[in-house]
Amino acid sequence: MKGALEKKVLRDLRRQWAQALAIALVLACGVAILLLAFGMAGALDNTRSTYYERNRFANVFAEARRAPLGLAEEIAAIDGVLLAEPRVTGSATLDIPGRDRIAVGQIISLPESGAPLLNRPLLRAGRLPDPGATDEVAVNQPFAEAHGFHPGDRLVANLNGRKRTLTITGTVLSPEFVYTIGPGTLVPDNEGFGILWMPAPAVSAAFGMTGAFNSVLVQLVAGQPEAPVIERLDLLLDRYGGLGAYGRDRQQSDAYVSSEIAALRSMAFVLPPIFFGISAFLVAMVLGRIIALERAEIGLLKAIGYTDIEVALHYLMLAALIGVGGVLTGWITGQLLARGMSRLYAEFFEFPYVVYAVSYPAFIVSGVVGLLTTLLGALRAVVAAMRLAPAVAMSPPAPPRFKRSLLDRLMVLMHLSQPTLMIARGLMRWPVRSAMSALGVALAVAILAAANSFPAAMNRIITVAFDLSNRQDAMLIFSQEVGESGLQAVRRLPGVLQAEPQQIAPVKLRNGPREKLVSIETRARGADLSRLVDGKGAVMEPPERGLVLSHYLADYLQLRAGDRVEVEFLSGKRGTYHLPVTGLVDQYFGLSAYMDRAALNRLFAQAPRLTAVNVTLDSAHSTAFHAALKDLPALSGSVMLTDSRRSFRDTISQNIGIMSTVYIVIGVLITFGVTYNSARIQLSERARELASLRILGFGKGEISYILMGETLALALLAQPVGWALGAAISYAATAGFDSDLYRIPLVLDRVVFAKASAVVLAAALVSVLIVRRRIDRFDLIAVMKTRE
Amino acid sequence: MAERMFRTEGLSKVYSSGEVKVHALSGVDLELFEGEFTVLLGPSGSGKSTLLNILGGLDHASGGRVWFRQRELTGLSDRALTRFRRDHVGFVFQFYNLVPSLTARENVQLVTDIAPDPMPPAEALERVGLAKRMDHFPSELSGGEQQRVAIARAIAKRPEVLLCDEPTGALDSTTGVQVLTALEQINTQLGTTTAVITHNAAIRKMAHRVVRFQDGKVVEVSHNQTRQHPSEIVW
Repeated sequence: MKGALEKKVLRDLRRQWAQALAIALVLACGVAILLLAFGMAGALDNTRSTYYERNRFANVFAEARRAPLGLAEEIAAIDGVLLAEPRVTGSATLDIPGRDRIAVGQIISLPESGAPLLNRPLLRAGRLPDPGATDEVAVNQPFAEAHGFHPGDRLVANLNGRKRTLTITGTVLSPEFVYTIGPGTLVPDNEGFGILWMPAPAVSAAFGMTGAFNSVLVQLVAGQPEAPVIERLDLLLDRYGGLGAYGRDRQQSDAYVSSEIAALRSMAFVLPPIFFGISAFLVAMVLGRIIALERAEIGLLKAIGYTDIEVALHYLMLAALIGVGGVLTGWITGQLLARGMSRLYAEFFEFPYVVYAVSYPAFIVSGVVGLLTTLLGALRAVVAAMRLAPAVAMSPPAPPRFKRSLLDRLMVLMHLSQPTLMIARGLMRWPVRSAMSALGVALAVAILAAANSFPAAMNRIITVAFDLSNRQDAMLIFSQEVGESGLQAVRRLPGVLQAEPQQIAPVKLRNGPREKLVSIETRARGADLSRLVDGKGAVMEPPERGLVLSHYLADYLQLRAGDRVEVEFLSGKRGTYHLPVTGLVDQYFGLSAYMDRAALNRLFAQAPRLTAVNVTLDSAHSTAFHAALKDLPALSGSVMLTDSRRSFRDTISQNIGIMSTVYIVIGVLITFGVTYNSARIQLSERARELASLRILGFGKGEISYILMGETLALALLAQPVGWALGAAISYAATAGFDSDLYRIPLVLDRVVFAKASAVVLAAALVSVLIVRRRIDRFDLIAVMKTRE
Repeated sequence: MAERMFRTEGLSKVYSSGEVKVHALSGVDLELFEGEFTVLLGPSGSGKSTLLNILGGLDHASGGRVWFRQRELTGLSDRALTRFRRDHVGFVFQFYNLVPSLTARENVQLVTDIAPDPMPPAEALERVGLAKRMDHFPSELSGGEQQRVAIARAIAKRPEVLLCDEPTGALDSTTGVQVLTALEQINTQLGTTTAVITHNAAIRKMAHRVVRFQDGKVVEVSHNQTRQHPSEIVW
């Protein structure tokens, strides 16, 4: 049989279920997010390392224009290198049966031995091409799925000007392409961009690389640092048009996975502490009140011989039960969310499997922290209960001490009504509690404002990247630098209205010991389609001499406008120059520096070159335009900006829709937790007072005003604090997202903040109204009779 | 002569609230004997409750000494006083002090859970005539019934002494008599030493001994040669 005290705990909990639930839900949010973030980060990390290890993902990568195969042995001999595998890569335009538009394929050679030693493709269906075959390819699975390709299907590829019909022998996944973005695009486009693995002899012949390679994969001896190897590799490849070796951190697919893991980890460290803090405060508030109300019972328990410790444990048990409820709810929700998220990630990243080990440490940490949080919140009240001397406890508490302060005199001067005075004095009587309640509401506003600032930032990016900066309909990217004839060829394509050249040059920027592998984008003066736009939306002309850098890049290199930077050109005529930094600009994607096209060509004393052409199209000739592209040999990519814009918007709005809903739920939960509890405590503390006023002839409206006034006043006071905190969280979050891949601008939109306040205030009003309903059920006589 | 259960010597208690000092007890010398039914009589603020609290180990004296049998209570730690209350004392208060979320039986169980040799809660409730109302919550019981639950709770641990602070203070005459009858029965049947505080002079007639208080001092101790049964008492 359960002891009487245990029964009391359970009944107390049942009586206070709404308050307990509000606290448990806030706690559950923290636990669930912690579990989800750690669980997903762990799963991604485990999956990645397992996949990389099983399929021998290289540590260092390098591309060159054309290096003799013999060099591979020298590379393999570099200190710290376990294995070096040369290969040939190229690009091809693909003509897919039943599709108007071309797709772009990245061709990767397979060694004559069959499967490569590094970045081993994982066969999903069919087989790898026969090493001797010249018209067989394996394609990446997402590309095959996007087109419904099966082994045995065919497609036509324009390989360096020669059209070939290729047979698909199998579909594969590769650790190199967990996240695949084609040249010039922002989000994966599995229909428009595919990876084709083809036997080396066929690839070498097609790209004129017989006896040579243009890409090398390097596996390091375990524990070996990559920097010296990269340096040595750059030296070896320098003569052969090396484009700069890099580690996994600059490998596009891996960098995206890493940034996702980092985002999950930072989520685990930012959000849960907020929830834990709020639930601790709520427990402190509610338990403090319970103990005040049960003063006499505490006295009684002690009078009949219960020890201080037994009394303390009794109340800690109540807190612990709320904690256990919150933790269990959090665990279940966290697991369900993790399952949902895994599915989302499976769509987002191309892993062949997910190594989702249940993260016991995450369970333990979230459980222990969740429980400790409630116990810590309970501590103050419980210590007060322990300290209550039994004789004192059984006599009614002294009325709370109100003091006349300067503020009081001010309020008297302002001729405030008595109810307003009561509200104001109540706020000042418990300044810590008032401040904590306001802080709780402020955090709800902050979380909502910060979360919804994200879409605003995305809109800014879309506006700047698409509407202001890239106004072309399509961007045609050549696989190599070409002369002005390339521009003429594009101008002759059907449907092309405007065509403007652009040149993109891979470079290494150096300032002292700091260096970064980036590309310089050049445009012609007065270019109308692709323009350089600063963060405020103003169009900038590329400087006549020198470079414009993005703020992020300048910060990394520790450069300011006016400094000089060492620029090592890795393509074309190559060469190292010292150029002035003439300006800085905000830039959201990738790492680029900007230069005037004429200035670049002057530097090299060469006739104008280009690597891409931006065009606007006559939509009436769209089909003819795309058909003509199929015959253009040297394209490594064709980006339909209209499509990019749409898919970027779709991706973003889909994710943001889910996210805003989640954050609104979270914000409402926090507000409800804080304001409902605060109003319940108001009611409990003021019950006699309010009943007395009713007896004196005050109406229900006036009584409600006093009851709701304090909580709502706090909610209102919390708003500016919430805005400030929201701005701070936004700032921290956008700074946290900064990476080589993308930057998110800090956009603080008044409308977003106003909406956050509206949601929170509405939630506060509803929770207070729920409590207010109890006034209608006031039994005036009974309330007056209860002994306080 | 019955054995002495409590003895106080020059007992005093001073409460200070801010600059004001209130002498609740000033130099009380008193004895309570085993099996005796004592009524402590006096107006509000005369020091009765303070004395009871100190005797029951709920409060510390400011001066003087208290013994329970051979054991001195003055100077005991809070922990030792808790132990003392747990093992020896039963309390009944004016406002019953029942836990509203527990039934009558469970309120009694609060005590039987921690007492070394308790009687079953049902037996304690039978003794106060509540056999049929055991599973009711305090809110479902009348004032007199609630007070009888409190008495059942106090006696369930078979205490050596029962200390009652205004047990009928909140009750009308009829229900008050029921409560007093219960106390009288406990005293006679179990031989529990009983001290009842009241400012209701009518109750003095059922006591073995009456101690009169005024301004923190004992002003008179008298013996009743013939005791009245509670049912004969009217107020």
